Amino acid sequence: MGYVAIKGGGKAISGAEKLLEFVRTRQGQSAEPLDLDTIENQLYFLHSRIMSEGGLFHPKLASLAIKQSLGDTLEASFALRAYRSTKPRLVESPVLDTSSMRVIRRISASFKDIPGGQMLGASSDYALRLMRTELLDESPEAFKAVAAKWLDENRHDDIPDTFPKVLDALREEGLLPPVDEAAAEKKPFDITREPLVFPVPRSAALSTMARSETGSILAIAYSNMRGYGDIHPTVAELRVGYLPVMLPHPITGELIEVGEVLMTECEVVAMYEDEEDGGKPTFSLGYGACFGHNEVKAISMSILDRALQSGMKNGPTNPSEDPEFVLLHIDGIDSMGFCTHYKMPHYVTFQSDMDRLRTTQDKHDDKNPGADNA
Amino acid sequence: MPNQANTSDIQFRQASVEYNFGFLDEYAKKEVRRSVLKAIAIPGYQVPYSSREMPMGRGFGTGGLQLTLSLIGKQDTLKVIDQGSDDSVNAVNLRSFIEMTCPGIDTTTKVSEANLIQSRHRIPEQALREDQVLVLQVPYPDALVVVEPSEDKRKIMHGEADYSRLLVKLYEDIVKFDEITISHRYPTRINRHYVIDSSPIPRWDVPKMNDSRALILLGAGREKKIYAVPPYTLAEPLEFDDVPFRVESFDDETDKRRTCHRCGCDHSFLDEFVDAISGEKLYQCSDSDYCDEQLKARSVKQGLEG
Repeated sequence: MGYVAIKGGGKAISGAEKLLEFVRTRQGQSAEPLDLDTIENQLYFLHSRIMSEGGLFHPKLASLAIKQSLGDTLEASFALRAYRSTKPRLVESPVLDTSSMRVIRRISASFKDIPGGQMLGASSDYALRLMRTELLDESPEAFKAVAAKWLDENRHDDIPDTFPKVLDALREEGLLPPVDEAAAEKKPFDITREPLVFPVPRSAALSTMARSETGSILAIAYSNMRGYGDIHPTVAELRVGYLPVMLPHPITGELIEVGEVLMTECEVVAMYEDEEDGGKPTFSLGYGACFGHNEVKAISMSILDRALQSGMKNGPTNPSEDPEFVLLHIDGIDSMGFCTHYKMPHYVTFQSDMDRLRTTQDKHDDKNPGADNA
Repeated sequence: MPNQANTSDIQFRQASVEYNFGFLDEYAKKEVRRSVLKAIAIPGYQVPYSSREMPMGRGFGTGGLQLTLSLIGKQDTLKVIDQGSDDSVNAVNLRSFIEMTCPGIDTTTKVSEANLIQSRHRIPEQALREDQVLVLQVPYPDALVVVEPSEDKRKIMHGEADYSRLLVKLYEDIVKFDEITISHRYPTRINRHYVIDSSPIPRWDVPKMNDSRALILLGAGREKKIYAVPPYTLAEPLEFDDVPFRVESFDDETDKRRTCHRCGCDHSFLDEFVDAISGEKLYQCSDSDYCDEQLKARSVKQGLEG
């Protein structure tokens, strides 16, 4: 008899990969392969999610990641992140001001009448979630006609490109603490170049949450909303749009716009706290921002930012206020990898486990003779 | 000459020209190497490092892989094993990735031919040499995690060499089960200070860490830690004066040592399995290279005798 149990790994892996590739293409003659532009446009929210969780703004590669992973969000984000990790950090942008964002949607739940007005934008918030059976067999002509009609009826120059920030108005009224200029001067923590060693600065927490897995961060934020903590948030402003990215010119050092990234940003106002130094009480703030159009994620992040700041200051009283608990459990790449690894062979450790159990059982039997026969 | 491990059937994969030798960029490799130096300088201390995402799952050996890729050069001969076997699916996968991204290196299945060995869950049976480096893949780097979930608090406990709660856990095991129940990842004190999680090697392999001739590096990718057991360093599993540390027993009901059904070896870590045809329980060396060597030695001996 040959060496058993774990022979032939190479062939098995190669076969499994080929079979998965067959699954991807099994529609065969009757279909066209997915076009990357189609993924970016018709799977808009999926695409946004992958760029956000992958931590890389690269629309084309995000589409490719979705295509090659057959739409698995964890796998697609993973591929994008692994690509990103091979790239050196060549240059840093200054802190970008989101008031210069070319806004496609902005709302506030705190005031009816915000400076610049509410702009609902593209949203399914108030849509009836009914099955749209008319799309079951949508013809290319009907599909094209929808967009053409919309463009015909709407003049995009009706709407201003940028809007003032709602928080600025609240700040002027003295309801919020002034901007911490000293914090803005501090060099942000780069989670791609430094490990999290607790306690970590707020910038490390924010960037970890910015590329977290949507479901994971939502679950922990939801625990806070339901009562394991409650920061009592009000969405002061949620905005989605294209943020100009500024980089220093390599020769002159002057800031130039190199492009723009689609982002979602959320600022929540939370209940006021006692001021230790006896200063005037003000509302507290929570901040969330991520690549792409991901509103649930940005809101969850802003709630957890507030909860974590409170935990960092006063000590955590529930999981959502504990930086270690939150920040080490929301990364999709880490958690899915470790979950998946349980499928690998564990023959050696299980052999070792059996040795312990059998020895313990023998000792039990020695002490309780005949017990099992009773 | 090193023999090429059999991974040529994975032609399905093709290296992308975009990637650097060793996949990681040189900044990342430098960071890993610096962390390795620190880990060697402070035996058993878990050095935090940024840990890049690799193109395989966290938990599949990305920590070990980053160590290997940061250390390997074209002149090196690499052996990759998982569960003691070079042909285990994950070993094949890691080796083919390293071959793909490190053109020019040699690979081997023989311990004696390798100068860099990456392994999951086992230390080879054959004693290692001074010119060899063993890289172990680690899922949980911290032995204290069984008694303290917070990393922040564990860091303080390590600094103070406060392992009292771990010892209490061992004591409670004895009270409850009359036996220490830790099967693998056995807490091991390095150089009389830091207690490490010995990675999921079985207790069988823990004594091999003590006074090892080879440098042993441990990498936890997901948990972002690197630690080391330098050559000729004390590695002592936690034990009590009256309850000594014990490795796995492979004795049968009559207290006779079981042997490998294939090579007849009576002193290696064995895997047990059930023969599909006879239904009989069989035992076999977990270390496939060692099993082959023993088999060869036996047939040579039989040839001489016959």
